[in-house]
Amino acid sequence: MAPPTPPISSYVNYSIPAKNGASWSALLKVFAYVLLVFWAVIVVYPMVWSLIAALKTDAEIFRTPWSIPAILQFENFGRAWKKAQIGAYIGNTFLVIVPAISFTLLLSSMAAYVLARFEFTGKRLLSTMFLIGMMFPVFLALVPLYLVMRYIKEFTGIPMLNTFHGLIVVYIAYSLSWTIFFMTGFFKTLPKEIAEAAMIDGASHSQVFFRVMLPLSKPGLVSAGIFNFLGQWNQFILPTVLMSNANVEAGQTRYVVSQGLYYFQNQQMYQSDFSGLFAAVAIVTLPTLIVYLVFQDRIEKGLTVGALKG
Amino acid sequence: MNSRKNLFIFSYMALPVSLYFVFVLVPYLGAMAISLTRWTGTSTLDAIEFRGLQSFQRILSDEKFWSALSHNLLVLIVMPICTLALALLFAALFTQGLKGAKFFRIVFFFPQVMSVAIVAIVWGFVFHPTMGILNGVLNLVAQAFGRAGSNFPWLGNVNTVLPSVISVAIWQAVGFYMVLFIAGMQGIPEELYEVSRIDGASAWVQFWSITIPLLWETIRTAVVFLTIAAMDMYTYVTILTNGSGGPSRAADVLATYMYQQAFGGGNNSNPFGYGTAIGVVLLLIILMLSALGLRVTRREVNEY
Repeated sequence: MAPPTPPISSYVNYSIPAKNGASWSALLKVFAYVLLVFWAVIVVYPMVWSLIAALKTDAEIFRTPWSIPAILQFENFGRAWKKAQIGAYIGNTFLVIVPAISFTLLLSSMAAYVLARFEFTGKRLLSTMFLIGMMFPVFLALVPLYLVMRYIKEFTGIPMLNTFHGLIVVYIAYSLSWTIFFMTGFFKTLPKEIAEAAMIDGASHSQVFFRVMLPLSKPGLVSAGIFNFLGQWNQFILPTVLMSNANVEAGQTRYVVSQGLYYFQNQQMYQSDFSGLFAAVAIVTLPTLIVYLVFQDRIEKGLTVGALKG
Repeated sequence: MNSRKNLFIFSYMALPVSLYFVFVLVPYLGAMAISLTRWTGTSTLDAIEFRGLQSFQRILSDEKFWSALSHNLLVLIVMPICTLALALLFAALFTQGLKGAKFFRIVFFFPQVMSVAIVAIVWGFVFHPTMGILNGVLNLVAQAFGRAGSNFPWLGNVNTVLPSVISVAIWQAVGFYMVLFIAGMQGIPEELYEVSRIDGASAWVQFWSITIPLLWETIRTAVVFLTIAAMDMYTYVTILTNGSGGPSRAADVLATYMYQQAFGGGNNSNPFGYGTAIGVVLLLIILMLSALGLRVTRREVNEY
């Protein structure tokens, strides 16, 4: 994958005395940059190329991968948004993830606060139980989860499959593990004295939590919110099993974005609109790109914190 | 006072715990139970017949299962090695104080925040025989050497479909492990390097005698993560092969095979029982491999 090592390397070590170490390290530096640029191109180019393709006509896309759009086809984006229903998919996704993220943050910080600050019987068991969820891949639970959703309807009459509220509840449940873990660590860093002082002033546990601890944990909540946004916006497996588009009228799609994109891609076999698909990819990538560039530091730190301490 | 505290704890834990119990724990545990049954899933719970280990016996003689497992094992060997090598290399470069390191870091990490679905769709185009840039680049090179170009179907060939899928997974994973290793390397005290520099150790020697040993715990974590990822691959394979598992199912992995058995219709007479049995075997394999990975990589912990 990497360009071949310059053969000079061994030669330099043996025949050129140490005072030439500077030129040796300069050479290494050049080699390092060549490697970095090479990987940067591999990372960026497919995305830039997709963006350019989003502005081409289908004919231009088919002619050669190197063609440049003669006229910028901005209507590809409009077609992707309306006709391919990307707009509707994005609407559905927000309908699901806005309540899902809000409740994930609320419920997780409640549980995390209790786990971080109180001693009680069964605490270890509960912590372990939540940790397990971070280790098992989601797809292992797919079949039984599907059945749980069906049996909830059978026993309570509330439909869960193919509903937005069903997907919201499942998103929350599968986001709890990581978010509780993350927020527990955060609450542990907050000074105990503030809560104690508030208690002496006669505040209840709940008042301490909502009026003192929650406002103090804002930075943690923001980080956890960003992660849950990325995770839930990108979710593919859960909606694939729990959300079907069957039996809905035209214009009433229930799909979320990643599902909708996959469906659109599959449609290419019957009715090709590659420029529209490229435009759709660009539209869906944009929110992630913005969130990433704005919160880049936090995302790097937060994503790895679970891994390092876990 | 104490009962007030207990009431508080209970009221704050009740909802998260019950949601987690119903939608996460019950399914994981339920998988174990359902795998022992014969059940089409279309009828009520009464229609479940207990069949013991029948599904597991069927797995033993299911060629498609073994072929999917062998694909997982190939992923398991290739993906962690390539990902770790690239991530360690980049992390080592970025902790040397190179100019522009921040820019490259931001670029290299970006694939990690993209959805696997989008990554797979974009790479599906990259691999496209006629309009993809992979063949575009190769044909440019071929022309430069006076050879004819080709329209090689990377995802449509039995021999290249799985390596293609694996390279996409590596492409996306490298940034994450790079950042993980950078964080770990920054925790290594600078004095260790200074002392060894005085002793005349080269950067190469330092990397193997200081960086790697002190980063060992992080690398172990990475190995476990990559093991789990290698046994998954569901979204990559599904999207890159349009749900088909590739030509002659040459890229089928256990996760896609399980999904196809459970939800794919077809001629399986026991979709849910058999599908979950595959899932349970997969879980056992993951647990075994993680334990094995941790065991093999166990060393004296380096205190510093």
